[in-house]
Amino acid sequence: MRTKAIKYFILILVFPVIASAAPKIEHWVTDNGARVYFIETHALPMVDINMVFNAASAREPADKQGLAMLTSDMLLEGSADLDSKAVAEGFEDRGAEISTSSLRDMATVSLRSLSGKEYLEPVVELLAKVIADPKFPEKNLEREKARSLQSLDYSLQQPATVAKRRLYELLYRGHPYANHPSGTYESIKSIRRADLQDFYKQFYVASNMVIALVGDLSLVQAKQLAKRLSKPLKKGMPAGSLPDVAPIKGGEYRIEFPSTQTHIMMGYLGIKRDDPRYLALKVGNYSLGGGGFQSRLMNEIRDKRGLSYGVYSYFLPMQQTGPFITALATKNKQLKEALTVSEKVIDKFLKTGPTEKELVLAKKNITGGFPLTIDSNGKLVTTLASIGFYSLPVDYLDTYIDRVNALDRKAVTDALQSVLGSENRVTVIVGAGVK
Amino acid sequence: MTGQSPKRVVNYFVIAFIALYVSAATASESTGVTETLLDNGMKILIKPDHRAPVVVAQVWYRIGSSYEPEGITGVSHVLEHMMFKGTKRYGKGEFSRIIAENGGRENAFTGRDYTAYFQTLEKSRLAISMELESDRMRGMLLDENEFAKELQVVIEERRMRTEDKAESKVYEKFNEAAFPGHPYGRPVIGWMRDLKKLKVADLQKWYQRYYSPANAILVVVGDVKPDEVIAMAKKYFGPIKGPKVETPQQFKVAKQIATKRISVKAPANLPYVILGFHVPAVADRPKHEWEPYALELLSAILDGGNAARFADQLIRGQQVATTVSASYDPFARLAGYFLIDGNPARRTDIVQLEKAILEQLKQLKEKPVSNKELQRVKAQVIAADVYERDSVFYQGMKLGLLETTLNDWHLVESHVKRLRAVTAEQIMSVAKKYFIPENMTVAVLDPQPIPTDKPARKSVSEEQQNAN
Repeated sequence: MRTKAIKYFILILVFPVIASAAPKIEHWVTDNGARVYFIETHALPMVDINMVFNAASAREPADKQGLAMLTSDMLLEGSADLDSKAVAEGFEDRGAEISTSSLRDMATVSLRSLSGKEYLEPVVELLAKVIADPKFPEKNLEREKARSLQSLDYSLQQPATVAKRRLYELLYRGHPYANHPSGTYESIKSIRRADLQDFYKQFYVASNMVIALVGDLSLVQAKQLAKRLSKPLKKGMPAGSLPDVAPIKGGEYRIEFPSTQTHIMMGYLGIKRDDPRYLALKVGNYSLGGGGFQSRLMNEIRDKRGLSYGVYSYFLPMQQTGPFITALATKNKQLKEALTVSEKVIDKFLKTGPTEKELVLAKKNITGGFPLTIDSNGKLVTTLASIGFYSLPVDYLDTYIDRVNALDRKAVTDALQSVLGSENRVTVIVGAGVK
Repeated sequence: MTGQSPKRVVNYFVIAFIALYVSAATASESTGVTETLLDNGMKILIKPDHRAPVVVAQVWYRIGSSYEPEGITGVSHVLEHMMFKGTKRYGKGEFSRIIAENGGRENAFTGRDYTAYFQTLEKSRLAISMELESDRMRGMLLDENEFAKELQVVIEERRMRTEDKAESKVYEKFNEAAFPGHPYGRPVIGWMRDLKKLKVADLQKWYQRYYSPANAILVVVGDVKPDEVIAMAKKYFGPIKGPKVETPQQFKVAKQIATKRISVKAPANLPYVILGFHVPAVADRPKHEWEPYALELLSAILDGGNAARFADQLIRGQQVATTVSASYDPFARLAGYFLIDGNPARRTDIVQLEKAILEQLKQLKEKPVSNKELQRVKAQVIAADVYERDSVFYQGMKLGLLETTLNDWHLVESHVKRLRAVTAEQIMSVAKKYFIPENMTVAVLDPQPIPTDKPARKSVSEEQQNAN
């Protein structure tokens, strides 16, 4: 099969049509400072709009955790003369789908609509109104706070979530990334309507926003649309930089939990999204725990020993130093074996980096699979939002494959060692009988 | 009755057979789907989508947990796991490595009524997928040692998905109560007691019997030309020989005569309730063939967005639910089921939530839905039909699913039309007919305290760590 694979590889070179011709990205800034990214595609009569604000949990005070998420939830709870039901009907009567989300970096409002004028016009008008003039009604806020507490109840009955929350607390002591996007019981109870109003006023402004547009629009239409969405917002100020993340001290932390499996989560401090080592680390992580069955962790933990259904690792680069995380779950009594094997695999890998064979496989997968990552409007709009939010160059997609191909073992190994080599690893273990 | 009645199979066989002589394949103008049948009985469905240089290939088998007898529940899913463990030609791990090397994404899934394998690839590499899939259709080794390890993996999967998830446990017990003695009463992943005693010989038998071209459908969606795909499929899958498809056993859902109630204890913080009703699916061939579509729209009236009744009245209005949703699958193979589940809001409880849900159902029985609501859910249906085309994977999924459960992917064509034809009276009629106490099963979660460290408080070990 080796020869076969090579044959297909050559095929790609022979037919340049399949080359990774990335879609053309148009970029401009609106009069009041919103940064817009647009990809024109008329294959389907639909439009995707993502409005991304630098207004997620990294921007909320530690004693108001959950504020960003509540603000984002409450955007659709009423605006000017419209109550929450009227807002929902305004979108759904025309078949449009609207949602809001907020994690650590990005607070996103997503709209998907048919592109026909009779659909898109009223829906965009409504969206502009909803975002520019939310009323945050007191009664609705009380209801959403109660729902947030319930959703916290739900999260904390999942051992994996318990582990993850603790891991972030330990990696980011004293840093806003330690905030739990979904809040804590105490913080949610303390949030008041005025908190939402202040938060909104500071962060939901045009110059703190990126608009990503993909779909059945001409450039002229896209410019009009972006203008209509940004104009009603105040210009305001960009949110500014987050504080640096302080180095961590490694350690192992155990939490007793009545589950049949023990969850093992390990964390390191990783990189920022604009770090030049980003792709080297992505390629390196493929061989460690990012490449599914092609990764060492999966091979040792699942394939060879049947210890877990899944084991994986990933970098989550953010505007400030994001984490590197590995995770698995195994039946309680196999904790020790799974832990020892994971640690061995990771430590060995960090010492030497990927083998030449592993590196070639990782690069082939990432470059060969590149077209798959941008094959739908839905994937394009999130990619575009990310390019905009993290201020990546507009030719980011065009140069992607060349940049991956340029990486050699040394570049990948150096990147892995410089970021993860300090051995400052935090391990969180959640399960029955772990203490 | 189901869509797998012999008559129906013959019908389609004939159409495809004639088509072979005329133009090698039939292409549907409205859906753009080209259909052909290989001599060995394998069906090929191709849907070109030229938006991106990408192709998804899915091989579907008409086998899943609803074909399994008690004692070996979970065998279809364990076999799916073993399908990555090596054939005579491609040793253990080779399949996945080759796909990875070619930039592909691959996986597989098992449901009640189907098992499917898929690869998404840059379009010029479709032949690689066909070479590998055709090889593993009959050529698996099913090695004893690999099986022993993989079974442990599946058992860990079951722990993660079910044993440690309170709501999944309730769902499993709910199905057992609603479908006593019926295959839909058994979990797809299998009962733990069955998994623990499963043998490689059980898989071997299952594999030989069901992994046959006559029981398989290849679905290809993406930047391809149907003629080329057909030629390729003939080359790779054409020579494969396998047993004929058996007509699957039919099962009747036991007649229910009174509301059934069960309660499940599990460590949890949040109460949870499931209510369900036996209803027809398309496969049941109900006398009024619009009933499944009326039920599908009814489900959207309750739960089709933030303007729908559940969000508007139970979450926002009465504030009796934190979450509440309705679901119904018109295309199940053996039986339809209408399911409602939710978590009660703070300061309310399961009893109040159940009462409020039943009141919602009562309103549907007594008063036709408003024109405004009906227009809204229909607008959503039309829009969703466009949005779905944004994903090549989902387009393939829909074809494969309908073909495995009902032998009839053409339902893709009529689905939207039938939903648009539903009237307010029809919705009221199905509500009246099926949402009755004798037809209802209720399962509740009885949360048991989680004696864990408070996340906000430092654990003892953490204090010790800090002291070092």
